[in-house]
Parts: sequence; C-alpha cells; structure tokens
Amino acid sequence: METIKKSFFVSLWFMLLTFPIMVIRVNTIENVVEWRWANLAWIGVGSFALSLLWQYMIARQGGEGSGEQEQEEDKLSFLQRLTEDRRLNRPVLGALLVLAGVFPLLFSTYQTTIMIQALIYVVLGLGLNITVGLVGLLDLGYVAFFAVGAYTYALLNAYFGIGFWMALPMGALLGALCGMLLGFPVLRLRGDYLAIVTLGFASIVRVILQNWDQVTMGPSGVANIPRPGLFGVHLNIYQATDYIYYLVVILMIIVVFITARLKDSRIGRAWVALREDEIASVAMGIDMATVKLTAYSLGGALAGLVGVISAAQTTFVNPDSFTFMESAIILSIVVLGGMGSILGVILAAFVLILLPEYLRAFSEYRMLVFGASLVLMMIFRPEGLISNVRRKYELHDVPEEAGS
Amino acid sequence: MDYFWQLFFSGLTQGAIYALIALGYTMVYGIILLINFAHGEIYMIGAFSALIVAGVLTIYGFHGFSILVIAALVAVFYSSAYGYTVEKIAYKPLRNSTRLAPLISAIGMSIFLQNYVQLSQTSDFLPFPSLIPADWNFMGPLGQYLEASDEIILVTTVVVMIILTLLIKYTRTGKAMRATEQDQTMARLVGVNVDRVISATFIIGSALAAIGGVLIASKVGQINFYMGFMAGIKAFTAAVLGGIGSIPGAVLGGLVLGWAESFATGYISSAYQDVFAFLILVLILILRPSGILGKARKQKV
Repeated sequence: METIKKSFFVSLWFMLLTFPIMVIRVNTIENVVEWRWANLAWIGVGSFALSLLWQYMIARQGGEGSGEQEQEEDKLSFLQRLTEDRRLNRPVLGALLVLAGVFPLLFSTYQTTIMIQALIYVVLGLGLNITVGLVGLLDLGYVAFFAVGAYTYALLNAYFGIGFWMALPMGALLGALCGMLLGFPVLRLRGDYLAIVTLGFASIVRVILQNWDQVTMGPSGVANIPRPGLFGVHLNIYQATDYIYYLVVILMIIVVFITARLKDSRIGRAWVALREDEIASVAMGIDMATVKLTAYSLGGALAGLVGVISAAQTTFVNPDSFTFMESAIILSIVVLGGMGSILGVILAAFVLILLPEYLRAFSEYRMLVFGASLVLMMIFRPEGLISNVRRKYELHDVPEEAGS
Repeated sequence: MDYFWQLFFSGLTQGAIYALIALGYTMVYGIILLINFAHGEIYMIGAFSALIVAGVLTIYGFHGFSILVIAALVAVFYSSAYGYTVEKIAYKPLRNSTRLAPLISAIGMSIFLQNYVQLSQTSDFLPFPSLIPADWNFMGPLGQYLEASDEIILVTTVVVMIILTLLIKYTRTGKAMRATEQDQTMARLVGVNVDRVISATFIIGSALAAIGGVLIASKVGQINFYMGFMAGIKAFTAAVLGGIGSIPGAVLGGLVLGWAESFATGYISSAYQDVFAFLILVLILILRPSGILGKARKQKV
C-alpha cells in the first residue's frame, strides 16, 4: 500500500515536471499554442508503473546484497560458461565462423552493409573496452580516433593517391599517435577530469576538421574515396561490399584474439590493477605512464584502423559523422555489454546497432533509450549484461579425510 | 581601443553567464565530488521552460516586463525541479559505488534529457522572444558598448552572486552545506541531514543555471535542445579554471574564460572559438590542476 501511495505521488510529480515540455508546444511564427493533453495522461500512467517497478527493483537489490550474494558469485551464467569452457566454445565458435563466412552469400548487399556497420562498432567497442573497461579511464571522445583514421585515408588518397592497403597501417599509426598525444597530458588526471578532457579533445578534432578548409575540405567533407582493391582486380559495388565485409570479419577475429590474449598478459593484468587501485599498483611497481599510454595508443590504433575501413566502405567522410553522439553510442556498447567483457561488448554492439536498423519506428528514440539505459545499467547492473569473469586463485580447505 | 573595450564587455557578459552555470558544477563537486554532466541540460531546460511560458503569455496578451519576470520564475522552478529529480534518480542510488558509475550515469542522464526535449519539442532552432526592451539603457556612458540585455545580465549576475554569498555564509542551510563539504561523515554525526543538503545544492545550482539560461536566450534570441552541451563544457572549464569546489573561483574562472574567448575570437580567429576553451582547460589541468583559487586536495591512502 505504501509503495502504491508513493508511486501515486511520483506520477503526480512527473506530470507536473514534464508539463511544459511535453504538453505545450508554442508555434511562435503563427502564434498558436498546441496543447497535447494526451501526453500528460501517458506520463502519469507511465511514471506510475515505472515507479512501482523501480521500488520493487531497489528493494530486491537491497535484499540480495545481504544473503544470496555468496551463492550467486560461484554460479556462472550460460554465456559466461560459454566463454570459459573450451569444450563448449569450440563448436559454437566454429558455427559462428561458418555463419559469418556464408552471410554475404545468403543475404542481400543491403544486409551485408548493415552487418559491416555492426562489425565496425564491434571493433570500436573492443577498442574502447581497453581504456574504459580494463584500465577504467572514462574516454568520452573515442570517436576522434575513428575520425583520424577515416580522414587519414580520405586525405592521403585525395592528395597523394595513396591506396587502401598503404593507408590501413598509417591510419592505425596515426590513431596510436593521437592516443599518445592525448594520453601524455592526462596521465595524472583522475577519472572525472579525464572525461571532460577527452570530450574536449574530440571537439577540437571535429572543429579542426570543419574549419581547416584548405586541407580537410571543410564541412562538406571528402567524397569519392576509392574502395579497396584486390590485387588490381576491378570490383563492382556488390563485390566490393562483400570484400570489405570479409576484411572486417577477419579484422574482428584478430582484434578479439589480441584483446583476449592481452587481458591475461602482464600488461593486461597491470591495466586491471590500475583500474582497481591506482596508488596500490604504482606502489607495487607498475609503471603507470607506460601502462596507460599503451592502453591509449592501442585503443587509438584500433579506432584508426576501422576508421580507414569505414571511409573505404562509405566512400565519403565529413566532420558531422564524428559527433559526441557517436562516442556516446560506443560508450553505451561498452557499458551495456559489461566493462571488460569481450563477449558482452560484441553482443551489445550487435544489439545496439542492428536493433534500430531493423526497427525503423524505434530508431527515433534510439538515443533516448541509450541515455536511459546508461543510467539504469549503472544503478541495477553495473557489471553489464555479461559480466567479465574474474580469474581468481582460491585456497580451498583441505578435506578432512586427506589430513587424517 | 574602442574595439578592445567592445571585446572586453562582450567577454564580461559571456563570462557572467559562464559563471552562473559554473557555480552549479562547483557546488555539486564540492559536496559529492561528482561532475554533474547533466547540468548543461538543466540550463537548457530552464531556457525551454522560459520560452514556452513566454510564448503562451504573449499569445494571451501579457506585456514586456511581466512576461520576463513570470518566465524567469517558472524557468527557475522547473530547472530546480529537474535538478532535484535528476539527483534522486541518477545519483542518489549510486552514492556508495565506484567512481566511474555516477559519472556514466550522469552522461546517460544528459543524453536522455537532450533527446527528451528534442523529441517532445523540436530539433530546430526556436526563436526566443526578446523579453528585455532594447531601449533600457541605465548604465549611461557604458551604453555605447553594452546593449540593454548585457546590462541586465551583469546586474542580475551581481545580485545573484550577492544573494548566494549571503545564503552560504549566514543561513542554516548554507552552514550545513559548508560542513558537508568539509567532511560528510562528521557533518552527519553532528546532525546535518546530508541528503537534504545535497538536494539543496542541486536545487540552488539548477536555479542559477536557469537564470543563466533565460538571460542568454533572450540575448542571443534563439535556442535549441543542443545549447546545453557546449555551455555545460565551457562552464565546467570555468569551474576548473577557478578551482573546482570554490565559489569565488567559479566566478573568476567564468570571467577569465569569457575574456579569453572574446579576445581570442576578436584578435585571432572566430572559427576556432570553441577550441580556445578546451586549450585553456587542457593547459590548466597540466600546469595547475587545482585551479586559480583552488586548494590541492591531498590524496589519502
């Protein structure tokens, strides 16, 4: 009863709160006011229901913390077992590989293009996962590195006629350099300052791309970027799309492999240690500067790499494709998937990119839902949809019989 | 020299607006050590509420000054209400979690509010009625550099600052706020209701942002849902510049930033206006992370 009363007041409060913005729309040109009373009713009903749900969830979360947590920790979800158990994951991986291999043969070029898009975001998500998920440095300007990669290919091609395969390593290199460039001044900064500086860095990159007309061709962008060539064979647009698709699939597999191995390497352990406690890990002899800069440059390199591929796929780049919203989407992928978890990031990228693509009616509300989900995830499931499995060594009690 | 003074005063008014928004950042940061990313959106919602109310009142035949006052009051009310609600939803449940969690939640809130206004209102620029009559020139000789709206901005900012200082120095809430800022646990022990103090901080900060929003919107003459983003980042820069957590610092930082931007765009190039703010931010973070007036926080292990 108490909760219903509370929800009632919450819904009244929200009806008041959203009243001017949801209900009234003033047309200043024709001087008419449009009253949308229906919205008020929706808000009232919606917030009442959400408030009930909210209170239920909060109560459940509080209850869980006391007793059941101990048990929950040992149980792994099915998807987590999938990543851990070799007998399980080999056949699944094989099936996925086959599916990925035949995908362009089964589906239309349009579907393949969307899939390329999703795969590009997978790689971006994995790249950002290094800085945000493993090292715990919130980077709000990740799209800047992507832009660097895309513009590397676009401009080098426009001015010097450099081909795709030459541009690919250069994009990665420049992305890594930019990562270092950003990394140096912010080494000492704590999480919240860092977030703002990275946001600023991305804005600077975009403003430069927009205003440095002589070099970057300004707001209109660079058009007619050639698609990658295949040993001099001329490909038509359909073949080229399939070709790029396979390139991205291969790149994704390499990136997944590298990040998975890195996570368990010396440097990966150092990243996680820095995330957990910076002072302690520096005291234990981790070279903070090197470790952080490696993370930045690696993340930058990955974004630069896919930037080149993305420019080759769309054959067109302009500054407007690299706004803060892109960074926010990539961040949502990492947060939703579970910071540090590779499988989670991959799944989240597919969900977040493919869903709005297939549910067109929904795509208008995409950013609204992303924003809300960032908040909700932090409150109810901060470890993400598929949380990262922490490797730990446990000292089990020796069974009684063995001792006697 | 004339050009110099022109830039000087345009920087001053711009800086005053930055200072009003920066106060919200700095007060919240001082108390819960969180950058409230959604603060820029609160400012935008203030401007939107004022625009909507002003539009309705104009159509129903109200005139000039009364519209300004009513619209500003409504804007202050709604911004404060949003600030309060945002804190309750997005930050309060995360009080005891890792540092990264409230930050991500704040960004989520900011994206949510932006899109909420965009979807329920419009994504185009809306013309904001000029609520301040243009022939109001009460600053005499300075009138050649300042428009009526600039004068109102300066006067309002000064008055608001004085009220804020008095509020923090002498009222019970103000004392509780200062106590919470120094040591939350200790404040709780001596009977300060910390939750209420945090809410009060959000409400005051949001109200200041709303005033800034109404003033700048009636000066510039148009608003859209995206206006809070840049303003928010720049106000944050101002807060950091002055020393985050310090109230006079926020004002000083706002003014310095306003001047720096104004002179840089006037004498160097206007295309890169937004870059200057970030360059200042990066430089100050490298050279003096505690800001002009800030105290360096010691890190305890």
